[in-house]
Amino acid sequence: MSDKRVKLLASPYILWSAGFIIIPLCLVIYYAFTDASGAFSFDNVADIISYVNIKALLLSMAFSLVSTLICLLIAYPLALILSSTVSSNSSILSLLFILPMWMNSLLRTYAWQNILERKGVINGILSALSLPPIYIINKPPAILLGMVYDFLPFMILPVYNSVSRIDKDLINAARDLGAGYKEIFFRVIWPLSLPGVISGITMVFVPSLTTFVISDVLGGGKILLIGNVIEQLFTQDSDWNAGAGLSVVLMVFIVISMIITSNYDREDIK
Amino acid sequence: MKKQLLFLSLFLITSALSGCAGNEASKNNDDNVVYVYNWGEYIDPEILTMFTEETGIEVVYDEYETNEIMYPKIKAGAVNYDVVCPSDYMIKKMIDNDLLQEINFDNVPNYGNIGDEYWEMARDYDPENQYAVPYVWGTVGILYNKTMVKEKVDSWSILWDPKYKDEILMQDSIRDAFMVAEKYLGYSMNTIDEDELQASKELLQQQKPLVQAYVIDQVRDKMIGNEAALGVIYSGEAIFTQRENPDLEYVIPKEGTALWMDSWVIPKGAPHKENAEKFINYLCRPDIAYLNFDYITYSTPNIPARDYIEDEDIRNSPIAFPDLSKYNLEVQVSLGEKVDRHLSDLWREVKSY
Repeated sequence: MSDKRVKLLASPYILWSAGFIIIPLCLVIYYAFTDASGAFSFDNVADIISYVNIKALLLSMAFSLVSTLICLLIAYPLALILSSTVSSNSSILSLLFILPMWMNSLLRTYAWQNILERKGVINGILSALSLPPIYIINKPPAILLGMVYDFLPFMILPVYNSVSRIDKDLINAARDLGAGYKEIFFRVIWPLSLPGVISGITMVFVPSLTTFVISDVLGGGKILLIGNVIEQLFTQDSDWNAGAGLSVVLMVFIVISMIITSNYDREDIK
Repeated sequence: MKKQLLFLSLFLITSALSGCAGNEASKNNDDNVVYVYNWGEYIDPEILTMFTEETGIEVVYDEYETNEIMYPKIKAGAVNYDVVCPSDYMIKKMIDNDLLQEINFDNVPNYGNIGDEYWEMARDYDPENQYAVPYVWGTVGILYNKTMVKEKVDSWSILWDPKYKDEILMQDSIRDAFMVAEKYLGYSMNTIDEDELQASKELLQQQKPLVQAYVIDQVRDKMIGNEAALGVIYSGEAIFTQRENPDLEYVIPKEGTALWMDSWVIPKGAPHKENAEKFINYLCRPDIAYLNFDYITYSTPNIPARDYIEDEDIRNSPIAFPDLSKYNLEVQVSLGEKVDRHLSDLWREVKSY
């Protein structure tokens, strides 16, 4: 293909990223470093140093770390099982895990609210079986559950992709050379699946870190995550500058964590 | 100025990207429509259809959940609404910020159906009754479930009773949440005294471990579904919830509460002002006001509409139409943007406690 044609084919993408990624990003940065009158200011970014905001950021970090870990622990064995089953079965199985994604995630989160409520579906079944009810709605476990449920497919897909692409001959060769199951896993399968794991971690960690819907709907407004603070600054307080300032801080944290994970990736491959 | 330039450039880019959509919007401007922006579940949808049938004016209807969410949209002028229904203090703020235009009452001949006392109430935020036509009004109180709360409920203090841990639903609307604490402490709900605000904040923080959830519209559904024993709610929801769940009872606490009123206003730059006035006039018609009351069960200031109410218990209901002199009631006023923001920060301190 000639250079010209490549450029022509790429132009919709360039337009797209300019209009919906670059310009909005510039706007966020502009608002973050100006005050209401438009003068340059660091105050919005410095806003993060308050008890409320630091606590919200740390809580968000903790929630997203734990939910990423749980997603990985669920998704990895599943990916191994999926990749080792006969191909027709595995496509049905993976479809089952992607199927919920066809429905709006907000609706699914509200559905969980109904399921977990004190007089909700689960407690209805439990009381019918005369078992004690469980109250996790509006508490941290409910938020974790929401995050894991909403973002699990984003972990399964990349991990499954990379695991299923591992050449079976490599595993057979390792076995021929006398490696046990443990060694095969840690020295062959795990390192080769790392790229998928890394992208899975990114795709779960980032939306968990920034969510405000899950904590609002399943947390009863009692747990304030950094996403909630930013959302409130924009909608309730119409303080776009402060909201953008905290968004920039959050972006920095995301970039740092991405750098850490990708470094880990590279070192391990060496 | 810079901000406007940014908006302009963004607008140009988005409109260039979606050329067709832009054309359609401008075409709509010439059409016979009215853009209505109202609270969620705050009108009988049947009335919108009837209005279109009778006048030929198409209604484009949007909803919001809090005054604070509505305000920036009107201020930014991103969407040109013709008629909006904010609360008292928010109308004051909009008048102060020059966001509203005077209503031509020649086009709203039905305004006379609104009782004098409500025009008088509206003067708290619209001193010359130029901008706002009262739509509904009410109080804020405690809705409780008689099967779960055996004692007499007459004070805000019950919301701080450890007995009801995880059984309390608080309002997630800043002014209403602070109102509860301020009234309980005996302050004015319009206080801007820093010590009083801090004391209220600390009281709300103390309450947090007892609260099941901070919600707005969901108080209604959760109380109907027996999810909680006590909830802070607008009086207008009380009749509806009692219809659905007869175990529920509404009280105005003895310490006093907010008397609030939502009114129709027309933003500056509304493209269909006359249609907006026709819409307001239509809602002031007694039969329409009655239909609407029957559906949303929020107290109507429309005096002749009350005669349409067949159920005597509701017509004389102390919940829907309380004797205002019997309670210590106060109208929320706008506290200015600085205090609003401060309250918002304090509220986040409560939420993160």
